[in-house]
Formats: sequence, structure tokens, C-alpha cells
Amino acid sequence: MNKRSTWALPYFIFLLLFVVLPLIMVVVYAFQDNSGHFTLSNIAKFFSDGDSLGTFALSIEVAVENTLLCILLGYPAAYILADKNLNRSAVTVVLFILPMWINALMRTLATAELFNMAGIQLGKGTLLFGMCYDFLPFMIYPIYNQLNKMDKSYAEAAQDLGATPAEVFRKVTLPLSMPGVWSGVMMVFMPTVSTFAISEFLTNNKIKLFGTIIQENINNSMWNYGAALSLIMLIIIAITTVLQGGGNTEDAAGGAI
Amino acid sequence: MMKGGRIFAKIYLWVLMAVLYAPIVFIAVFSFTEAKSLGNWTGFSLRLYQNLFTGSMQNSAGLLSAVKNTVLIALAAATAATILGTLAAIGISKLKPRNRAVMSFLNNIPMINPDIITGVSLFLLFVFLHISQGYTTVILAHITFCTPYVVLNVMPKLSQLNPNIYEAALDLGATPMQALRKVLVPALRPGMISGFILSFTMSLDDFAVTFFTRGTIGLDTLSTFIYTDARKGGLTPELKPLMTIIFLIILVVLLLINIRNSKNDNKR
Repeated sequence: MNKRSTWALPYFIFLLLFVVLPLIMVVVYAFQDNSGHFTLSNIAKFFSDGDSLGTFALSIEVAVENTLLCILLGYPAAYILADKNLNRSAVTVVLFILPMWINALMRTLATAELFNMAGIQLGKGTLLFGMCYDFLPFMIYPIYNQLNKMDKSYAEAAQDLGATPAEVFRKVTLPLSMPGVWSGVMMVFMPTVSTFAISEFLTNNKIKLFGTIIQENINNSMWNYGAALSLIMLIIIAITTVLQGGGNTEDAAGGAI
Repeated sequence: MMKGGRIFAKIYLWVLMAVLYAPIVFIAVFSFTEAKSLGNWTGFSLRLYQNLFTGSMQNSAGLLSAVKNTVLIALAAATAATILGTLAAIGISKLKPRNRAVMSFLNNIPMINPDIITGVSLFLLFVFLHISQGYTTVILAHITFCTPYVVLNVMPKLSQLNPNIYEAALDLGATPMQALRKVLVPALRPGMISGFILSFTMSLDDFAVTFFTRGTIGLDTLSTFIYTDARKGGLTPELKPLMTIIFLIILVVLLLINIRNSKNDNKR
């Protein structure tokens, strides 16, 4: 036991048992029928089922829109929070992440009720707004972190060399903050596709997202089809992760307090 | 930056903040009235708070056990994740680069997976192995998505540590256990604490993973309780004061931590 590298062993076994094995189970169930025989019918069912395909397309659309909205609203906020001339207090940053600590379902129900009181019909508009509201802190925080640890002398050097503020932002600050934006996208995009309760509450069950149909299948004991749908989502996650360059989640994880 | 820009920046932050807090303020305001539904005001009253504390409400036992389960599960999961993750981080830092890459790849999976995938995949595993689901499976599932964050919070502290300090302790006659307890843990404590807090809060807030791994024994956490309640149509009104109290506790704790941190920063 003197070799410290062996201390990683329990976690390695844990990861194999509770992360790798479950994912293998998703694949196994996705290619099985009710009686446990190999079949491609679950996957085929997805591609021939108009409802599932429609829900899938809608989920991707809502997720893209939500992610863009979060970047659009969150980036300026993160920029202002990270700028020492504009914001000197760490408390403001805490106030922006604080809503994350309140039960998301409860917040969502309250949001939906606020829409009701304002006489706004629940539908796609309220869904987008509510989703953005739920996920905005997950976009702001990684961008803020990235901007905060950025070496300010790059921006100053650009300025000294005659760049206008707009040029400094476009050519220096923005490219350097992109890893933070990517972390934010990872924390907003796939979770949006897969939410279930939130989308039901925000649209009064009118709009289903992909997560909802996975949940319905699993809960109605249609495990194989539910697994097939999960597998499709896993493939998309894998693609986005590779595109993003190997899943750099470190920025998002570094102590949220 | 120009003055106009600064004022605009301030206004932007405050407007965004107002929108983010609107639902929470909404819950808090309507916790001081007796009406059942959320947006209904029937005059000021502390009745709901009274009901909450005396337990004289319809679903009292259900709500109280949901709160208790939420806290106990979060404590158990965060504690286990902190121990497992800290040991793993120490081990990973000593691994050969190739094994290290494998570990960090595996460690990333639960963080990248959306909740529903974590939940469904574990559900299928438990079904496949015929493991009956309940407290144990929920806690195991929570450890799964919490531990990666502990590892990531402890790793930076390890790289700041003198690599020979552990061997030095052994050379001076400490057992590995003593060296861990008296040398490594104190040095890694800040990372362990932030990992623990992060784990605890993620576990508290989880809905999807709990939903799929709790089985059919009627185990409820606050999230699943609210979900079932909302699906039935009427939210237990006492949830409003409960959420208000939770919010105030978190607000005070976070502000205290930050005031303490900024005081420490000033001293340095």
C-alpha cells in the first residue's frame, strides 16, 4: 500500500461498475427486444416514428435557441462581473449563482405561475424563457471564470499597440474567453435536450422534449426503446464532446463558491 | 471605460438579477398568505409557517420525510464522494501519463452526461443485476455524479504540494495512514471542502438521477416530492415557507463565507 498510485484503484473500480457498465447496459438494452434477443427494431422504430423524430428535432431546436440566448445574455453579464472597473464586489458574483441552490423544480413552477398571472399563454415562448432562466447561471459562471483568470496584459498590449476597444474585444478578449464559452455550451446544450420535468411544467404538458419521451418509455416499462433513445443521445453527446475538443469541464467545476 | 458604459453595465446586471430572482421573491411573498395556489393572495398570514413547524398539514409526514431524506442522502453521498475522490486524486497524481489519461477520461464521463442519461443507465444496471432500488441505489448514483467534482477540486491542491512531503513523513517513521491523516489531508483540505460543498449542493438539487434510481418503495426527496405534487395538480402550500427558509439560510451562509474570504484576501 506504500505506492500511492494504487490509491486510485477503488475509484477506478467504482467508475467501471457505475459509469462504464451502466453505459454498456444502455447499448445492450437498446439492441434487445422484450425477450432479450438481439434486434435492430428499437433503433429502426426511432427513425420511422414521426412523433419521436419530431420531438427530437424540436428538442435540438429549443436547445440551440436556448444556448444562443444564454450566450447572448450571459456573456455580457460575465464580462461585466469579471471587469474590475465595473464590478469590485465578489458578492455580486455569488448573487448570480445563488438561484442555482434553490430547487429547480420549485423555481420553474413559480416561473410558470408568474406567466399565468401575467396572462401569458404557456407554450414555446415561455419554454425558451424558462429554460434560459434555469440555465443562465451555468453559462455565466464558466465564462466569468475564464475571463477572470485571463492575463489582462494581452488586452493592455493590444490597446498600447493602437487597437480600438472593439478590436481589443474581437481579436483578444473574445478568442481567449472561448474555452469558458464552450464549457458553458456543454453545461447548457445537452441538459436542455434532456430535461423532462422542466419542459412539462413550463408548457403545461403541451410541448414534449426528448427527455420526456425517454422518461415516459422507461416509466412504462418500455426499457428497450427508452435505452435506444438514450443511446441516440449518447452518440450526440460523444459527437459534441469530440467537436469541442475532449470535454474540458475543469473550468466549470472549479469550486462554485 | 466611459461613464455612460459603466451606468449601462450596472443597469444590465441589476435587470438580469431582478429577472433571475423574480420567481424566488414570488414564492417568498406568497408564503405569507393562506391561499393554496401559488398566485393567490388572501391577506397576510403566518399560518403556513405555523403549519410547517407544528406539522399540522395534510401531507406533513410526506414532506418532512422528503426533507430528511434529501439532507441525509446529500450528506452520505458528499461524504463518500469526498473520501473516494480525494484518495483517487492522490493516486491519479502518481499514475503514469497513459493511465492518468484513462482516469481523467473516465472521470469526465459523469460530468458530461446529462442527468437523465446517468439516471437511466444506472436504472438499467440495477434492473439487469436484479438489485432492488431504494436508499442505497440513490446514494450510489449520487456518489457517481459527485465524485468527479471532488477529484477536480483536489487535483490543483496536489500540484501545489511538495511531492516529497509524503515520503518525508514515512522516512520519519509515520505509517501511511498517519502520513495521510497528518500531512496530506491538512494540505488538501481546502480542495476537499469545496468538493464536499459542491457535491452536497448538487445532491440536494438533483431530480432526474433520484427519480430513476429510487425504485418503487415510496422514497421521496424534496425534488421528487415536488414533482409528484405538481403532477397531481396541487402543490402542498407549506412548500412556499419551506423554500423561503431554505433560501434565506443559503443566502446568509454564502454571504458569510464570502465576507470571511474577502477579509482573508485583504489580510494577505
